[in-house]
Amino acid sequence: MGFCGLREISVAEVTSTVKRLCISANSNVPRETIAALERALEIEESPVGREVLKQILENHRIAREEGVPACQDTGVAMVFVELGQDVHLVGGDLYEAINEGVRQGYKEGYLRKSMVNDPLFRRINTGDNTPAMIYVDIVPGTNLKITVAPKGGGAENMSGIAMLAPAAGVEGVKQFVVERVEKAGSNACPPVVVGVGIGGTFDRVALLAKRALLRPVGSHNPDPMYAELERELLVEINKLGIGPQGFGGRITALAVNIEYSPCHIASMPVAVNLNCHVGPHESAVI
Amino acid sequence: MAVKIVTPLTDETVAQLKAGDDVRISGVIYTARDAAHKRLVNLIKEGEELPLDIRGQVIYYVGPTPAKPGKAIGSAGPTTSYRMDSYAPLLMEHGLKGMIGKGMRSRVVKDAMVKYKAVYFAAIGGAGALLAKSVKASELVAYEDLGPEAIMKLTVEDFPCVVVNDIYGNDLYEEGVRKYRIG
Repeated sequence: MGFCGLREISVAEVTSTVKRLCISANSNVPRETIAALERALEIEESPVGREVLKQILENHRIAREEGVPACQDTGVAMVFVELGQDVHLVGGDLYEAINEGVRQGYKEGYLRKSMVNDPLFRRINTGDNTPAMIYVDIVPGTNLKITVAPKGGGAENMSGIAMLAPAAGVEGVKQFVVERVEKAGSNACPPVVVGVGIGGTFDRVALLAKRALLRPVGSHNPDPMYAELERELLVEINKLGIGPQGFGGRITALAVNIEYSPCHIASMPVAVNLNCHVGPHESAVI
Repeated sequence: MAVKIVTPLTDETVAQLKAGDDVRISGVIYTARDAAHKRLVNLIKEGEELPLDIRGQVIYYVGPTPAKPGKAIGSAGPTTSYRMDSYAPLLMEHGLKGMIGKGMRSRVVKDAMVKYKAVYFAAIGGAGALLAKSVKASELVAYEDLGPEAIMKLTVEDFPCVVVNDIYGNDLYEEGVRKYRIG
Protein backbone atom coordinates (compact mmCIF):
# COMPACT_ATOMS: atom_id res chain seq x y z
CA MET A 1 0.00 0.00 0.00
CA GLY A 2 1.36 3.40 -1.02
CA PHE A 3 0.55 6.69 0.66
CA CYS A 4 -3.04 7.95 1.13
CA GLY A 5 -4.50 4.44 0.69
CA LEU A 6 -3.21 4.05 -2.84
CA ARG A 7 -2.10 0.60 -3.96
CA GLU A 8 0.87 0.42 -6.28
CA ILE A 9 0.77 -2.04 -9.17
CA SER A 10 3.68 -2.45 -11.54
CA VAL A 11 2.79 -2.39 -15.23
CA ALA A 12 5.17 -5.36 -15.62
CA GLU A 13 2.50 -7.36 -13.82
CA VAL A 14 -0.06 -6.11 -16.35
CA THR A 15 2.19 -7.33 -19.18
CA SER A 16 2.65 -10.80 -17.70
CA THR A 17 -1.08 -11.14 -16.97
CA VAL A 18 -2.12 -10.10 -20.49
CA LYS A 19 0.42 -12.51 -21.96
CA ARG A 20 -0.88 -15.41 -19.88
CA LEU A 21 -4.52 -14.61 -20.69
CA CYS A 22 -3.86 -14.38 -24.46
CA ILE A 23 -2.39 -17.87 -24.51
CA SER A 24 -4.90 -19.42 -22.12
CA ALA A 25 -8.06 -17.87 -23.60
CA ASN A 26 -7.27 -19.16 -27.09
CA SER A 27 -7.00 -22.80 -26.02
CA ASN A 28 -9.54 -22.94 -23.20
CA VAL A 29 -13.09 -22.54 -24.47
CA PRO A 30 -15.25 -21.31 -21.54
CA ARG A 31 -16.81 -24.24 -19.65
CA GLU A 32 -20.28 -22.67 -19.89
CA THR A 33 -19.93 -22.75 -23.69
CA ILE A 34 -18.88 -26.40 -23.59
CA ALA A 35 -21.91 -27.20 -21.42
CA ALA A 36 -24.18 -25.42 -23.91
CA LEU A 37 -22.64 -27.38 -26.82
CA GLU A 38 -23.27 -30.63 -24.94
CA ARG A 39 -26.91 -29.65 -24.40
CA ALA A 40 -27.15 -28.70 -28.08
CA LEU A 41 -25.99 -32.19 -29.04
CA GLU A 42 -28.90 -33.64 -27.06
CA ILE A 43 -31.43 -31.38 -28.79
CA GLU A 44 -30.14 -31.29 -32.39
CA GLU A 45 -32.21 -33.39 -34.79
CA SER A 46 -30.12 -33.05 -37.94
CA PRO A 47 -27.69 -35.99 -38.31
CA VAL A 48 -25.10 -33.75 -40.02
CA GLY A 49 -25.65 -31.13 -37.32
CA ARG A 50 -25.05 -33.70 -34.59
CA GLU A 51 -21.85 -34.86 -36.27
CA VAL A 52 -20.65 -31.25 -36.48
CA LEU A 53 -21.37 -30.68 -32.78
CA LYS A 54 -19.46 -33.85 -31.87
CA GLN A 55 -16.46 -32.69 -33.88
CA ILE A 56 -16.62 -29.22 -32.33
CA LEU A 57 -16.62 -30.75 -28.82
CA GLU A 58 -13.72 -32.99 -29.83
CA ASN A 59 -11.87 -29.94 -31.17
CA HIS A 60 -12.35 -28.02 -27.94
CA ARG A 61 -11.12 -31.01 -25.92
CA ILE A 62 -7.97 -31.29 -28.04
CA ALA A 63 -7.34 -27.55 -27.71
CA ARG A 64 -7.60 -27.66 -23.91
CA GLU A 65 -5.61 -30.86 -23.43
CA GLU A 66 -2.82 -30.04 -25.89
CA GLY A 67 -2.74 -26.32 -25.14
CA VAL A 68 -3.23 -25.36 -28.80
CA PRO A 69 -5.60 -22.68 -30.13
CA ALA A 70 -9.15 -23.99 -30.63
CA CYS A 71 -9.38 -21.86 -33.78
CA GLN A 72 -6.59 -20.69 -36.09
CA ASP A 73 -8.09 -17.20 -35.98
CA THR A 74 -6.67 -16.13 -32.65
CA GLY A 75 -8.19 -12.77 -33.34
CA VAL A 76 -7.83 -9.13 -32.59
CA ALA A 77 -6.74 -8.94 -28.96
CA MET A 78 -9.64 -7.21 -27.25
CA VAL A 79 -8.54 -6.13 -23.78
CA PHE A 80 -10.99 -4.78 -21.20
CA VAL A 81 -9.52 -3.21 -18.08
CA GLU A 82 -11.34 -2.30 -14.89
CA LEU A 83 -8.93 -0.04 -13.10
CA GLY A 84 -9.58 0.66 -9.43
CA GLN A 85 -9.39 4.41 -8.81
CA ASP A 86 -7.14 3.83 -5.81
CA VAL A 87 -4.55 2.01 -7.91
CA HIS A 88 -1.31 3.79 -8.74
CA LEU A 89 0.30 2.23 -11.79
CA VAL A 90 4.09 2.37 -11.72
CA GLY A 91 6.92 1.44 -14.04
CA GLY A 92 5.57 2.60 -17.37
CA ASP A 93 2.62 3.23 -19.64
CA LEU A 94 -0.51 1.06 -19.17
CA TYR A 95 -1.38 0.83 -22.86
CA GLU A 96 2.17 -0.06 -23.87
CA ALA A 97 2.29 -2.65 -21.09
CA ILE A 98 -0.87 -4.27 -22.47
CA ASN A 99 0.49 -4.27 -26.01
CA GLU A 100 3.74 -5.79 -24.77
CA GLY A 101 1.70 -8.57 -23.13
CA VAL A 102 -0.09 -9.20 -26.43
CA ARG A 103 3.24 -9.17 -28.29
CA GLN A 104 4.78 -11.72 -25.92
CA GLY A 105 1.66 -13.88 -25.66
CA TYR A 106 1.11 -14.16 -29.41
CA LYS A 107 4.79 -14.96 -30.03
CA GLU A 108 5.41 -17.42 -27.22
CA GLY A 109 1.97 -19.01 -27.51
CA TYR A 110 2.38 -19.66 -31.26
CA LEU A 111 -0.78 -17.66 -31.90
CA ARG A 112 -1.61 -16.17 -35.29
CA LYS A 113 -0.72 -12.56 -35.94
CA SER A 114 -3.78 -11.12 -37.64
CA MET A 115 -3.38 -7.35 -37.51
CA VAL A 116 -2.55 -5.10 -40.47
CA ASN A 117 -1.16 -1.62 -39.92
CA ASP A 118 -3.61 0.19 -42.18
CA PRO A 119 -7.14 -0.88 -43.12
CA LEU A 120 -7.18 0.37 -46.69
CA PHE A 121 -4.00 1.33 -48.53
CA ARG A 122 -1.07 -0.60 -47.03
CA ARG A 123 -2.49 -3.58 -45.12
CA ILE A 124 0.93 -4.73 -43.91
CA ASN A 125 0.85 -7.31 -41.13
CA THR A 126 2.28 -5.75 -37.96
CA GLY A 127 3.87 -9.11 -37.16
CA ASP A 128 3.06 -9.21 -33.45
CA ASN A 129 -0.74 -8.86 -33.35
CA THR A 130 -0.56 -5.36 -31.90
CA PRO A 131 -2.17 -2.98 -31.43
CA ALA A 132 -4.70 -4.48 -29.05
CA MET A 133 -8.17 -2.93 -28.88
CA ILE A 134 -8.17 -1.59 -25.32
CA TYR A 135 -11.03 -0.29 -23.20
CA VAL A 136 -10.35 1.06 -19.71
CA ASP A 137 -13.05 1.72 -17.13
CA ILE A 138 -12.28 3.42 -13.85
CA VAL A 139 -14.06 1.64 -10.99
CA PRO A 140 -14.00 2.01 -7.19
CA GLY A 141 -11.37 0.11 -5.23
CA THR A 142 -7.77 -1.03 -5.35
CA ASN A 143 -8.00 -3.90 -7.83
CA LEU A 144 -7.10 -4.14 -11.48
CA LYS A 145 -9.22 -6.58 -13.51
CA ILE A 146 -8.12 -7.58 -16.98
CA THR A 147 -10.26 -9.48 -19.49
CA VAL A 148 -8.74 -10.69 -22.74
CA ALA A 149 -11.26 -11.63 -25.43
CA PRO A 150 -9.57 -12.60 -28.73
CA LYS A 151 -12.10 -11.75 -31.47
CA GLY A 152 -11.98 -13.59 -34.77
CA GLY A 153 -12.70 -11.81 -38.04
CA GLY A 154 -15.31 -14.20 -39.46
CA ALA A 155 -17.94 -13.59 -36.79
CA GLU A 156 -16.95 -9.94 -36.28
CA ASN A 157 -17.61 -9.20 -39.98
CA MET A 158 -21.24 -10.23 -39.54
CA SER A 159 -21.94 -7.43 -37.01
CA GLY A 160 -24.51 -4.70 -37.57
CA ILE A 161 -25.97 -1.54 -36.09
CA ALA A 162 -29.41 -0.01 -36.64
CA MET A 163 -30.57 3.37 -35.37
CA LEU A 164 -34.21 2.37 -34.90
CA ALA A 165 -37.07 4.73 -34.11
CA PRO A 166 -38.46 4.23 -30.57
CA ALA A 167 -41.80 3.35 -32.23
CA ALA A 168 -40.18 0.19 -33.66
CA GLY A 169 -40.41 -1.24 -30.14
CA VAL A 170 -39.68 -4.81 -29.12
CA GLU A 171 -40.79 -6.16 -32.50
CA GLY A 172 -38.37 -3.85 -34.31
CA VAL A 173 -35.48 -5.01 -32.14
CA LYS A 174 -36.40 -8.66 -32.63
CA GLN A 175 -36.70 -8.29 -36.37
CA PHE A 176 -33.30 -6.62 -36.70
CA VAL A 177 -31.49 -9.15 -34.50
CA VAL A 178 -33.02 -12.19 -36.19
CA GLU A 179 -32.31 -10.73 -39.64
CA ARG A 180 -28.64 -10.16 -38.76
CA VAL A 181 -28.23 -13.77 -37.63
CA GLU A 182 -30.04 -15.02 -40.74
CA LYS A 183 -27.82 -12.90 -42.97
CA ALA A 184 -24.70 -14.18 -41.20
CA GLY A 185 -25.87 -17.72 -41.99
CA SER A 186 -22.96 -20.13 -42.17
CA ASN A 187 -20.34 -17.35 -42.20
CA ALA A 188 -20.08 -16.79 -38.46
CA CYS A 189 -19.39 -20.48 -37.64
CA PRO A 190 -22.71 -21.43 -36.03
CA PRO A 191 -23.77 -22.36 -33.44
CA VAL A 192 -23.14 -18.74 -32.54
CA VAL A 193 -23.48 -16.62 -29.42
CA VAL A 194 -25.43 -13.46 -30.16
CA GLY A 195 -24.35 -10.28 -28.39
CA VAL A 196 -26.98 -7.55 -28.50
CA GLY A 197 -26.63 -3.94 -27.38
CA ILE A 198 -29.71 -1.75 -27.03
CA GLY A 199 -29.64 1.97 -26.20
CA GLY A 200 -26.84 4.45 -25.60
CA THR A 201 -25.51 6.14 -28.72
CA PHE A 202 -24.19 4.99 -32.11
CA ASP A 203 -20.73 4.34 -30.66
CA ARG A 204 -21.83 3.04 -27.25
CA VAL A 205 -24.31 0.47 -28.52
CA ALA A 206 -21.61 -1.43 -30.41
CA LEU A 207 -19.55 -1.69 -27.24
CA LEU A 208 -22.62 -2.91 -25.32
CA ALA A 209 -23.08 -5.70 -27.86
CA LYS A 210 -19.43 -6.69 -27.55
CA ARG A 211 -19.53 -6.59 -23.75
CA ALA A 212 -22.65 -8.78 -23.83
CA LEU A 213 -20.44 -11.49 -25.35
CA LEU A 214 -18.23 -11.43 -22.25
CA ARG A 215 -21.13 -12.71 -20.16
CA PRO A 216 -21.10 -16.49 -19.71
CA VAL A 217 -23.28 -18.50 -22.09
CA GLY A 218 -26.40 -19.48 -20.17
CA SER A 219 -26.44 -16.41 -17.93
CA HIS A 220 -29.25 -13.89 -18.30
CA ASN A 221 -29.61 -10.14 -17.99
CA PRO A 222 -30.56 -9.34 -14.36
CA ASP A 223 -33.53 -7.31 -15.61
CA PRO A 224 -36.37 -9.86 -16.07
CA MET A 225 -37.80 -8.06 -19.12
CA TYR A 226 -34.47 -8.23 -20.93
CA ALA A 227 -33.92 -11.79 -19.73
CA GLU A 228 -37.27 -12.73 -21.27
CA LEU A 229 -36.31 -11.00 -24.52
CA GLU A 230 -33.07 -13.03 -24.56
CA ARG A 231 -35.10 -16.24 -24.28
CA GLU A 232 -37.60 -15.20 -26.94
CA LEU A 233 -34.87 -14.18 -29.37
CA LEU A 234 -33.06 -17.49 -28.92
CA VAL A 235 -36.25 -19.36 -29.80
CA GLU A 236 -36.84 -17.18 -32.87
CA ILE A 237 -33.22 -17.55 -34.06
CA ASN A 238 -33.32 -21.30 -33.68
CA LYS A 239 -36.36 -21.42 -35.95
CA LEU A 240 -34.18 -20.16 -38.81
CA GLY A 241 -32.99 -23.70 -39.55
CA ILE A 242 -29.38 -22.64 -40.23
CA GLY A 243 -28.05 -25.19 -37.75
CA PRO A 244 -24.48 -26.14 -36.83
CA GLN A 245 -22.12 -24.75 -39.50
CA GLY A 246 -25.13 -23.78 -41.61
CA PHE A 247 -25.75 -27.33 -42.84
CA GLY A 248 -29.32 -27.17 -41.53
CA GLY A 249 -30.60 -27.95 -38.05
CA ARG A 250 -32.22 -26.79 -34.85
CA ILE A 251 -29.25 -25.19 -33.09
CA THR A 252 -28.21 -21.99 -34.83
CA ALA A 253 -27.39 -20.10 -31.61
CA LEU A 254 -26.32 -21.25 -28.15
CA ALA A 255 -27.34 -18.04 -26.41
CA VAL A 256 -28.50 -14.46 -26.81
CA ASN A 257 -26.94 -11.98 -24.38
CA ILE A 258 -28.38 -8.47 -24.18
CA GLU A 259 -26.88 -5.40 -22.51
CA TYR A 260 -28.80 -2.13 -22.45
CA SER A 261 -28.25 1.50 -21.58
CA PRO A 262 -30.34 4.67 -21.24
CA CYS A 263 -30.61 6.66 -24.45
CA HIS A 264 -31.91 9.86 -26.07
CA ILE A 265 -35.70 10.41 -26.30
CA ALA A 266 -35.47 10.24 -30.11
CA SER A 267 -33.31 7.13 -30.34
CA MET A 268 -33.27 3.37 -30.01
CA PRO A 269 -29.90 2.12 -31.23
CA VAL A 270 -29.49 -1.65 -31.61
CA ALA A 271 -26.25 -3.51 -32.31
CA VAL A 272 -25.52 -7.15 -32.97
CA ASN A 273 -22.07 -8.66 -32.47
CA LEU A 274 -21.63 -12.38 -32.99
CA ASN A 275 -19.27 -14.91 -31.47
CA CYS A 276 -18.64 -18.29 -33.00
CA HIS A 277 -18.90 -21.45 -30.88
CA VAL A 278 -15.37 -20.83 -29.57
CA GLY A 279 -16.01 -17.32 -28.26
CA PRO A 280 -12.91 -17.14 -26.10
CA HIS A 281 -12.52 -14.80 -23.14
CA GLU A 282 -10.72 -15.01 -19.83
CA SER A 283 -10.25 -12.65 -16.90
CA ALA A 284 -7.80 -12.16 -14.07
CA VAL A 285 -7.70 -9.78 -11.11
CA ILE A 286 -4.41 -8.28 -9.97
CA MET B 1 -19.84 -43.40 -45.26
CA ALA B 2 -17.31 -40.81 -46.33
CA VAL B 3 -16.19 -40.54 -49.95
CA LYS B 4 -12.39 -40.72 -50.20
CA ILE B 5 -10.81 -38.57 -52.89
CA VAL B 6 -7.23 -37.84 -53.89
CA THR B 7 -5.77 -34.63 -55.30
CA PRO B 8 -5.18 -33.35 -57.93
CA LEU B 9 -8.86 -33.62 -58.87
CA THR B 10 -9.96 -34.84 -62.27
CA ASP B 11 -13.24 -34.10 -64.05
CA GLU B 12 -14.29 -37.68 -63.27
CA THR B 13 -13.69 -37.27 -59.52
CA VAL B 14 -15.49 -33.94 -59.44
CA ALA B 15 -18.45 -35.36 -61.35
CA GLN B 16 -19.11 -38.04 -58.71
CA LEU B 17 -19.36 -35.53 -55.85
CA LYS B 18 -22.78 -34.31 -54.73
CA ALA B 19 -23.80 -31.57 -52.30
CA GLY B 20 -24.05 -33.09 -48.83
CA ASP B 21 -21.39 -35.76 -49.40
CA ASP B 22 -19.08 -36.32 -46.46
CA VAL B 23 -15.59 -36.34 -48.00
CA ARG B 24 -12.03 -37.19 -46.91
CA ILE B 25 -9.32 -35.55 -49.02
CA SER B 26 -5.80 -36.93 -49.29
CA GLY B 27 -2.83 -35.57 -51.22
CA VAL B 28 -1.54 -32.04 -51.72
CA ILE B 29 -3.67 -28.92 -51.21
CA TYR B 30 -2.57 -25.28 -51.24
CA THR B 31 -3.39 -22.55 -48.74
CA ALA B 32 -4.43 -19.10 -49.93
CA ARG B 33 -6.69 -16.41 -48.54
CA ASP B 34 -7.45 -12.73 -49.18
CA ALA B 35 -4.03 -11.20 -49.83
CA ALA B 36 -2.62 -14.20 -51.74
CA HIS B 37 -5.71 -14.33 -53.97
CA LYS B 38 -5.27 -10.69 -54.84
CA ARG B 39 -1.70 -11.36 -55.95
CA LEU B 40 -2.56 -14.52 -57.91
CA VAL B 41 -5.36 -12.80 -59.80
CA ASN B 42 -3.17 -9.78 -60.55
CA LEU B 43 -0.52 -12.10 -62.00
CA ILE B 44 -3.10 -13.79 -64.25
CA LYS B 45 -4.42 -10.42 -65.41
CA GLU B 46 -0.90 -9.27 -66.23
CA GLY B 47 -0.18 -12.50 -68.10
CA GLU B 48 2.55 -13.52 -65.63
CA GLU B 49 3.30 -17.05 -64.43
CA LEU B 50 1.78 -18.16 -61.10
CA PRO B 51 3.97 -19.50 -58.27
CA LEU B 52 2.01 -22.76 -58.51
CA ASP B 53 0.27 -24.70 -61.27
CA ILE B 54 -3.37 -24.51 -60.19
CA ARG B 55 -4.74 -26.95 -62.76
CA GLY B 56 -6.65 -29.71 -60.95
CA GLN B 57 -5.67 -28.29 -57.58
CA VAL B 58 -7.60 -27.58 -54.40
CA ILE B 59 -7.14 -24.28 -52.56
CA TYR B 60 -7.81 -24.25 -48.82
CA TYR B 61 -8.89 -20.85 -47.49
CA VAL B 62 -6.86 -20.89 -44.30
CA GLY B 63 -4.36 -18.84 -42.35
CA PRO B 64 -2.95 -21.30 -39.80
CA THR B 65 -1.36 -20.47 -36.47
CA PRO B 66 2.45 -20.95 -36.43
CA ALA B 67 3.54 -24.58 -36.05
CA LYS B 68 5.01 -25.46 -32.67
CA PRO B 69 8.42 -27.18 -32.87
CA GLY B 70 8.05 -30.73 -34.20
CA LYS B 71 4.54 -30.14 -35.56
CA ALA B 72 3.54 -30.01 -39.26
CA ILE B 73 1.25 -27.04 -38.72
CA GLY B 74 -0.56 -25.05 -36.03
CA SER B 75 -4.34 -24.85 -35.75
CA ALA B 76 -5.77 -24.79 -39.26
CA GLY B 77 -9.50 -24.36 -39.74
CA PRO B 78 -11.20 -22.65 -42.68
CA THR B 79 -11.76 -18.91 -43.05
CA THR B 80 -14.97 -17.39 -44.45
CA SER B 81 -15.08 -17.93 -48.20
CA TYR B 82 -17.15 -15.03 -49.56
CA ARG B 83 -14.12 -12.76 -49.30
CA MET B 84 -12.52 -14.80 -52.08
CA ASP B 85 -15.65 -14.64 -54.28
CA SER B 86 -14.37 -11.84 -56.49
CA TYR B 87 -11.20 -13.82 -57.26
CA ALA B 88 -12.44 -17.42 -57.46
CA PRO B 89 -14.04 -17.50 -60.95
CA LEU B 90 -10.82 -16.47 -62.70
CA LEU B 91 -8.88 -19.19 -60.87
CA MET B 92 -11.49 -21.78 -61.88
CA GLU B 93 -11.22 -20.55 -65.47
CA HIS B 94 -7.52 -21.37 -65.21
CA GLY B 95 -8.10 -24.88 -63.95
CA LEU B 96 -8.75 -24.73 -60.19
CA LYS B 97 -10.94 -27.73 -59.30
CA GLY B 98 -11.68 -27.37 -55.62
CA MET B 99 -12.00 -24.83 -52.82
CA ILE B 100 -12.22 -25.54 -49.09
CA GLY B 101 -13.65 -22.88 -46.78
CA LYS B 102 -16.77 -22.10 -44.81
CA GLY B 103 -19.83 -20.05 -45.55
CA MET B 104 -21.98 -19.20 -48.54
CA ARG B 105 -20.65 -18.36 -52.03
CA SER B 106 -22.05 -15.77 -54.41
CA ARG B 107 -24.26 -16.56 -57.40
CA VAL B 108 -21.35 -15.74 -59.73
CA VAL B 109 -19.06 -18.23 -57.98
CA LYS B 110 -21.72 -20.96 -57.97
CA ASP B 111 -22.33 -20.45 -61.69
CA ALA B 112 -18.59 -20.61 -62.34
CA MET B 113 -18.42 -23.93 -60.47
CA VAL B 114 -20.99 -25.39 -62.84
CA LYS B 115 -19.32 -23.88 -65.89
CA TYR B 116 -15.73 -24.89 -65.07
CA LYS B 117 -16.60 -28.10 -63.18
CA ALA B 118 -15.24 -27.24 -59.77
CA VAL B 119 -16.45 -28.10 -56.26
CA TYR B 120 -16.73 -26.14 -53.03
CA PHE B 121 -16.13 -28.01 -49.79
CA ALA B 122 -16.80 -26.78 -46.25
CA ALA B 123 -14.63 -27.80 -43.32
CA ILE B 124 -15.81 -27.08 -39.77
CA GLY B 125 -15.11 -23.46 -38.94
CA GLY B 126 -13.60 -23.08 -35.50
CA ALA B 127 -12.28 -26.64 -35.42
CA GLY B 128 -8.68 -25.69 -36.18
CA ALA B 129 -7.13 -27.96 -33.54
CA LEU B 130 -8.99 -31.01 -34.87
CA LEU B 131 -8.42 -30.27 -38.57
CA ALA B 132 -4.67 -29.79 -38.01
CA LYS B 133 -4.46 -33.51 -37.18
CA SER B 134 -5.09 -34.31 -40.88
CA VAL B 135 -2.19 -32.15 -42.06
CA LYS B 136 0.97 -34.25 -42.25
CA ALA B 137 3.42 -31.76 -43.80
CA SER B 138 3.56 -28.12 -44.80
CA GLU B 139 5.97 -26.20 -47.01
CA LEU B 140 6.16 -22.54 -47.96
CA VAL B 141 5.42 -21.92 -51.65
CA ALA B 142 5.18 -18.13 -52.01
CA TYR B 143 4.59 -14.75 -50.38
CA GLU B 144 6.37 -15.30 -47.06
CA ASP B 145 5.98 -11.57 -46.42
CA LEU B 146 2.23 -12.12 -45.94
CA GLY B 147 2.86 -14.06 -42.73
CA PRO B 148 -0.21 -16.21 -42.00
CA GLU B 149 -1.53 -15.37 -45.47
CA ALA B 150 1.45 -16.91 -47.32
CA ILE B 151 0.78 -19.70 -49.82
CA MET B 152 1.73 -23.09 -48.39
CA LYS B 153 1.65 -26.57 -49.80
CA LEU B 154 -0.04 -28.95 -47.36
CA THR B 155 0.11 -32.72 -47.49
CA VAL B 156 -3.14 -33.99 -46.01
CA GLU B 157 -4.51 -37.41 -45.11
CA ASP B 158 -8.24 -37.95 -44.86
CA PHE B 159 -8.92 -34.25 -44.40
CA PRO B 160 -12.63 -34.11 -43.38
CA CYS B 161 -15.03 -31.84 -45.23
CA VAL B 162 -18.48 -31.74 -46.78
CA VAL B 163 -19.48 -30.89 -50.36
CA VAL B 164 -21.53 -27.68 -50.29
CA ASN B 165 -21.68 -26.77 -53.98
CA ASP B 166 -21.34 -29.44 -56.67
CA ILE B 167 -21.03 -29.09 -60.45
CA TYR B 168 -24.77 -29.68 -60.84
CA GLY B 169 -25.76 -26.43 -59.14
CA ASN B 170 -26.81 -27.91 -55.80
CA ASP B 171 -26.20 -26.00 -52.56
CA LEU B 172 -26.12 -27.79 -49.20
CA TYR B 173 -26.63 -24.57 -47.22
CA GLU B 174 -29.86 -23.77 -49.06
CA GLU B 175 -31.14 -27.34 -48.86
CA GLY B 176 -30.28 -27.67 -45.16
CA VAL B 177 -32.04 -24.47 -44.14
CA ARG B 178 -35.11 -25.37 -46.23
CA LYS B 179 -35.36 -28.67 -44.40
CA TYR B 180 -35.16 -27.32 -40.85
CA ARG B 181 -36.64 -23.83 -41.07
CA ILE B 182 -39.80 -23.30 -38.98
CA GLY B 183 -42.32 -20.71 -40.16
